Amino acid sequence: MFKNLTIGQHYPVESPVHNLDPRVKIIITFIFIFSLFLIKSFTAYLVVVAFLAVAIITSKVPIKFVLKGLKPIFLIITITFIINLLMTPGKIIYEIGFIKITEEGLKQAGFMAIRLTLLIMGTSLLTLTTSPIILTDGIESLLKPFKRIGVPAHELAMMMTIALRFIPTLMEETEKIMKAQKSRGADFESGNIVNRAKNLVPLLVPLFISAFRRADDLAMAMEARCYRGGDNRTRMRQLKIHRGDYVAAFIFVIYLATIIISRIW
Amino acid sequence: MDIIKIENVKYKYSKEDTKYAVDTVSLNIKKGQFTAIIGHNGSGKSTLAKLINSLLLPIEGKIYVKDMDTSDDSKLWDIRQTAGMVFQNPDNQLVATIVEEDIAFGPENQGVESSEIRKRVDDALKAVGMYEYRTRPPHMLSGGQKQRIAIAGILALNSDCIILDEPTAMLDPSGRKEVMDTLKKLNKQGKTILLITHYMDEAVEADRVVVMDKGNIKLDGTPKEVFKNLKEIKKFGLDVPQVTELAQALKEEGLNIPSDIIHIKELVDLLCQ
Repeated sequence: MFKNLTIGQHYPVESPVHNLDPRVKIIITFIFIFSLFLIKSFTAYLVVVAFLAVAIITSKVPIKFVLKGLKPIFLIITITFIINLLMTPGKIIYEIGFIKITEEGLKQAGFMAIRLTLLIMGTSLLTLTTSPIILTDGIESLLKPFKRIGVPAHELAMMMTIALRFIPTLMEETEKIMKAQKSRGADFESGNIVNRAKNLVPLLVPLFISAFRRADDLAMAMEARCYRGGDNRTRMRQLKIHRGDYVAAFIFVIYLATIIISRIW
Repeated sequence: MDIIKIENVKYKYSKEDTKYAVDTVSLNIKKGQFTAIIGHNGSGKSTLAKLINSLLLPIEGKIYVKDMDTSDDSKLWDIRQTAGMVFQNPDNQLVATIVEEDIAFGPENQGVESSEIRKRVDDALKAVGMYEYRTRPPHMLSGGQKQRIAIAGILALNSDCIILDEPTAMLDPSGRKEVMDTLKKLNKQGKTILLITHYMDEAVEADRVVVMDKGNIKLDGTPKEVFKNLKEIKKFGLDVPQVTELAQALKEEGLNIPSDIIHIKELVDLLCQ
């Protein structure tokens, strides 16, 4: 059941957005998040929606997938909405008992909900259009300048790569251990939460032991293949800025300028 | 020319150990030779492999890989590049999430230029017959395929010599055949192969078989020379190829056949004369 598991939510198609340099995409996403906090009016959101719409359409990712990213945080959005709705003082437009809904509250709640929704959609688009490996490459390359102040850029990227590599392997192993223990009468499904957590111990112990053994083996295999940290290391796939990246940056600058102008007005 | 020279090497894992894991071993491996080292669990064969690759350093004695001393720190990376190593568990030696990225790992560590890495990766993938799998994630491959990827990873280092520590122990028969076929092919192309195994039918394919027991080399010679010593090999807790055993049993029953038969075809030809 874990065999076909895909890590992250990468949607592999060929599109201009997929082909963008990961560094460009990461920076754009980053500034995009900040730009959302600059917005003070509903009309400015239209600019964001337009920008996102263009990005999603050119990425060829079905809108369904972009919206899927909202599912896990739907609860957070709802709670934020309700809190803002009820807690903002101002002109009361509706009242039952102690619940008071104000005009300002309604406005504020809607504002926050839209902001969060757009934020998640924007960041989802980054992970949907960039495979985890390329994303890791991008992060490594972006963090490199900070190496001098002690940011372990290469080590972080290596850790991410190894984690990505071993997630399916460990998942498979978990499944195997679970089956082996179920066949000997272990029960992972019934009982209350405390019992269930207790039952997980015999699953986690062998899993951890095997993970450590794997780590030991991997370290030796890496050394045998001349691994000696990030210094003087080259990469087969090199990141290059193409024309598409300039186009994307240009479009983004226009977007950003519009947002800033709308704010000043 | 001897690519690997092992001179009176002793090694034990901790000071408290009374017995040496490798006890006064001397062995020379010729360039281009296909050598199989066989031995029971704990015979010191895997330790010996790690000593050659400089993953472990001998307590006594010297090991030279292409005339470089394995205890010389400044030669460490050259040694590991010359004598590449493939391990038993195919899952625990692949680093990257994409096959070609994994093969590039070695040359990337060496600081090779990116266009050259690309070329080496493609060549290595073609050499092990895995070119069409280059963009797959390794966890979707079979054990034999993963082990071929591991071998390709060593080829991309441009190693002259490939040391394999029981590479087929965790594979099914078809995976074992894939790996053996790959090794034979690479040996024909001039790579020195040092195969550690406990499958006799794999050892039969080698040019030379070395039998280890309790840290020592007990027998050394061509497969025919080694496997005719049926009784001695059994003493070390090992088997001989079934066909050798059958031939010797037939001989004891009075049939006039040699005792060094190691291939089924040989025996069939003899019996059908």
